[in-house]
Amino acid sequence: MTTTDLSIVRGKRSAAGRVVDFFGKGVVNLVLLIVAVFWLVPTVGLFLSSLRSSTDNGQSGWWTVFTAPAQLTLKNYENLLGNAQFMGSFWNTIVITVPATILVVVIGALAGYAFAWVKFPGRDWLLIAVIVMLAVPVQVALIPIAKLYGSLGLFGSIIGVILFHTAFGLPFAIFLLRNFFTQVPGELMEAARLDGASEMRIFSRIVLPLGMPAVASLGIFQFLWVWNDMLVALIFTNASSQPVTVAIQSQLRQFGANIDVLSSGAFLSMIIPLIVFFAFQRYFVTALLAGSQR
Amino acid sequence: MTTAPVAERTRTEGEGASRPPRRARTRRTIYTALAFLAPALVLLGVLVAYPVIYSIWRSLYDAAGTNFLGLGNYATMFTDPATFVAIRNNIIWVVVVPVSVTILGLIFAVLMDKIKWGIAFKLIVFMPMAISMVAAGVIFRTAFQENPQLGSVNAGLVAIHDAFAPNSSYPNARPRPDAGITQAKSGAITSNDAVQAGGEANFPLLAINQENVPATAKTGAPAPAAKSDEITGTVWLDFVRGGGGQNGQLGDGKKGLPGVEVDAVDASGAVVGKATTDADGTYAIASLASGSYTVTLPASNFQAAYTGISWLGPTLVTAVVILSYVWIWAGFAMVMIASGLSAMDRSLQEAARMDGANEWQVFRRITAPLLSPVLIVVFITLIVNVLKIFDLVYVIPPASSLPDATVIAVQMWSVSFGGGNDQGLGSALAVLLLILVLPFMIINVRRFRTEREQ
Repeated sequence: MTTTDLSIVRGKRSAAGRVVDFFGKGVVNLVLLIVAVFWLVPTVGLFLSSLRSSTDNGQSGWWTVFTAPAQLTLKNYENLLGNAQFMGSFWNTIVITVPATILVVVIGALAGYAFAWVKFPGRDWLLIAVIVMLAVPVQVALIPIAKLYGSLGLFGSIIGVILFHTAFGLPFAIFLLRNFFTQVPGELMEAARLDGASEMRIFSRIVLPLGMPAVASLGIFQFLWVWNDMLVALIFTNASSQPVTVAIQSQLRQFGANIDVLSSGAFLSMIIPLIVFFAFQRYFVTALLAGSQR
Repeated sequence: MTTAPVAERTRTEGEGASRPPRRARTRRTIYTALAFLAPALVLLGVLVAYPVIYSIWRSLYDAAGTNFLGLGNYATMFTDPATFVAIRNNIIWVVVVPVSVTILGLIFAVLMDKIKWGIAFKLIVFMPMAISMVAAGVIFRTAFQENPQLGSVNAGLVAIHDAFAPNSSYPNARPRPDAGITQAKSGAITSNDAVQAGGEANFPLLAINQENVPATAKTGAPAPAAKSDEITGTVWLDFVRGGGGQNGQLGDGKKGLPGVEVDAVDASGAVVGKATTDADGTYAIASLASGSYTVTLPASNFQAAYTGISWLGPTLVTAVVILSYVWIWAGFAMVMIASGLSAMDRSLQEAARMDGANEWQVFRRITAPLLSPVLIVVFITLIVNVLKIFDLVYVIPPASSLPDATVIAVQMWSVSFGGGNDQGLGSALAVLLLILVLPFMIINVRRFRTEREQ
């Protein structure tokens, strides 16, 4: 980008050099265009499949819509919206994701504040324990928690899934929010303390409002994570409490005969995360930069 | 780290006598801290810390949980063929994926800067990060279907293949039985008896799809009598639509088969003459020395059409799953690296360009070293993530090739929940995953400590 500017200053750029530059740009454009097409085609293909009848999907590929646009139909989506089992799983996804996100944000913010601004003994060791938990694989907890939920009667319940996601979201939440909360200027808090404000008041009136961008980042990240989870739900839910990812996964066993259901279901499950993602992309990137290793 | 608490204590002691006594203050901070921390500590203790300890203990017992096995489950892990495949595949993942995703992300991040539609490009490549791996799995499973009529990847391959090597005209054709011709295993159809130069060899064929007979084909005609240095004959479709006609004989509107290669082979097996059939199915192989030959229609006439690659079969399935992972995570690497690039002070690069360094030298000597902290974070995140990979491997392979694609996390699931019901071995596999991420936990703690000290 700056090469051309500098070359003008230097005045050394020959005509041949400029031609090379021009074609260099052309090559970069072409390469990235091919990459972009490769990245888009699978999704576009599934989307067009979701707009074709199951008979059409059984006989030909989605690309035939370009020569026979009459194939396009909303029938699959109509069927899906009338499918009580599928819409139930869609609702379950919401019922799992929203509380699991709110709980992680609230509990994580409280703990993050304590780690950032309350000087209790053993704080550093506890924080190191949290950082260690950051990378603990979910798999280690599956068998013990299945047993625990079995004895508590939580197995198959939505509450069990919410609690699992909350617990495994917390290390990252605490780590992220603590790091942001420590950047709040200490003088503000000292002044409030001298005025006799309680810790709860300092937390809710000073630290939380100032740390809002971090809280938003965490919320978006956790929302997408829980919405898109399959493994935890696969184990801890049953037919009536399963989220949409598990419902789609169970359809995959009869792959081939049901591309109409699979493609429209997958697309319906993608709409909300895509909206959240495009609307709050900046916050999502902040969370990624803060370093997640889940 | 270790100095911090000391510093705190001295500060507390140094503060004025107007404050409450030290012990009471400490107690109060502990209560405050507990009030803020209690929900988190309960959840982390019960649902993260306790399960880790339980899993380690449980991995030492058998399937029923009653007999102590010591490290028996760990020995099984490396001897059981299914688990061994899983470990091998995980190694492939860790070796291939983090490097390729990081490099791809780096290339995209650097090139993205140089085009006008960089933001659009970024959104396109980053988008898969937002969708579930299950949805991504459905996308890839659909694209990589074997049937080229349905799977877009094989459809593309077939289109490219056919553009360079047109298909044989008559796939799967068979000789008419008892007509003096037979088909070899290779697919070639050959006259049973030797044919003298000046003779005739006819080929009535069957099992050809009507669609494959070109519109230009005319009604089959008997070949003109051969000259002394020729062999002539007719190749035709020995079938009359709606029935009728005499088997092995021309007539009744039977179509000749144009474009079939016919070879004359001498006693040594060498092809000494060849011809291609006309619209009416006749051919004439010219310029033959007198003698006897076998006349053959080589297999290339009858090969089945190219149908692409069996992507989801046992050999390639892992490659496809890895490709889907790269599709999802390249955007992550790209965005992380791009933010590292934008935070960079560009004056060094410009100075180097002033001094006549070319773009590659600038990148190699200045940009890449300055980027290395970001690259390392991306790389480590990917390793940890790849070690635990589950959803894509569980979703993309068909049931028949899942055993060839399996990884530790999937094996852990199927051993303990998906029918195996051996929670001892399952726990051991979970602990193996824990051990594998242990070095990265240590790196995290180290990094935290150095940040504290700064």
